[in-house]
Amino acid sequence: MYPFKYHKAATVRGAVAILKKAEEPKLLAGGQTLIPTMKQRLASPKALVDLAGAGLSGIEQKGRTIVIGAMTTHAEVANSAVVQAAIPALAKLAGHIGDPQVRHRGTIGGSVANNDPAADYPAALMALGATVHTNKRKLAAEEFFAGLFSTALDEDEIVTKVAFPVPGKAGYVKFPNPASRYAIVGVFVAKKGRSVRVAVTGAGSDGVFRHEAMEEALGKRFNPKSLDGIATPAGNLNGDIHASAEYRAHLIGVIAKRAVAAAA
Amino acid sequence: MPTVTLTVNGRQVSADVDARTLLVQFLRENLRLTGTHVGCDTSQCGACVVHVDGKAVKSCTTFAVQCEGADVVTIEGLAKDGKLHPMQEAFREHHGLQCGFCTPGMIMSAVDIVNRKGAVDEATIREELEGNICRCTGYHNIVRAVEAGALAMTGKAPARQAAE
Repeated sequence: MYPFKYHKAATVRGAVAILKKAEEPKLLAGGQTLIPTMKQRLASPKALVDLAGAGLSGIEQKGRTIVIGAMTTHAEVANSAVVQAAIPALAKLAGHIGDPQVRHRGTIGGSVANNDPAADYPAALMALGATVHTNKRKLAAEEFFAGLFSTALDEDEIVTKVAFPVPGKAGYVKFPNPASRYAIVGVFVAKKGRSVRVAVTGAGSDGVFRHEAMEEALGKRFNPKSLDGIATPAGNLNGDIHASAEYRAHLIGVIAKRAVAAAA
Repeated sequence: MPTVTLTVNGRQVSADVDARTLLVQFLRENLRLTGTHVGCDTSQCGACVVHVDGKAVKSCTTFAVQCEGADVVTIEGLAKDGKLHPMQEAFREHHGLQCGFCTPGMIMSAVDIVNRKGAVDEATIREELEGNICRCTGYHNIVRAVEAGALAMTGKAPARQAAE
């Protein structure tokens, strides 16, 4: 790992001030992706700005919306009585990221800002129609995620919280890589009134995406059978040593049905 | 160099460290607490698991400077007054190891599981040990040891008899 200067921010405003001044800075949330990446020298920031003391963690319900602070850990989301009651699929998703030790440190803000194409949270944000709050603005999930490991965030912009509208029903199922536990395919379905949203992670060559054909079919009837015969073109999907693009295309159909069946 | 001050196994320690010092390096090289192991160094294997503020974390994927003011417990901090912790006793009794390299991390994770979930069943133990890899045992005796240690920790049975 290359050397860097460590800064600890006490507030979001303080973190922004350091970001603006420091040479080649990066924000440090839980570090569960960033630290391994720095060890491999795939990232070599000259400064790290630790957000652990910036007051960004916590979960609250505001009417029909669940608001989760950016530094809230996966374990906190998984074990939150508020999240379990309002969006059980989200609690379940958080409880299956990585392993227990990773969940004790990894955060929702870090996960969405990293936008790993096989991460779980991006699917939840897209399907639930979540809003990402930053120190500057509010962004709909679709505007926020901008392709592989890319987001709409500016250099001096910090995710502060994520707001999830409470759905009528939602379900998430992933087919994990047996070694890394990242999604080979993960599908999040959410139904709110008559509208259904389906988001797929792990498969798209451009990261998380919505599956419009499935959304239309499930909007007519919210049942796994409604997905019979809906094929997913393999053209824009990833193929690697774990699964070919065609296999992922097939898995999307299978996993989506299971997600609908699991929806609660 | 930044100065980091934290509590390790009940003792306050302070040192000037390079910011990139990992918690596991700090424990092993600065404090000479070599019970915490480095296995994969990629946060997969769990040989480096310690407790930070009561939660199991991978010390190879945590910077020492992130632990400013934290309360850290390592495998060396479990035994009290010359008496093994019930989970350590259960691992000995049920022979939950072969080469022993993964054992400190296994035990620290096991204690964390019981702290969070109480007396746990086999399926839960296997799922919760996802972040700890053992290349010798096939996990069978480790799971039995955790089961017994959990009963002993929750006062339901002594570690020596539990799960027999």
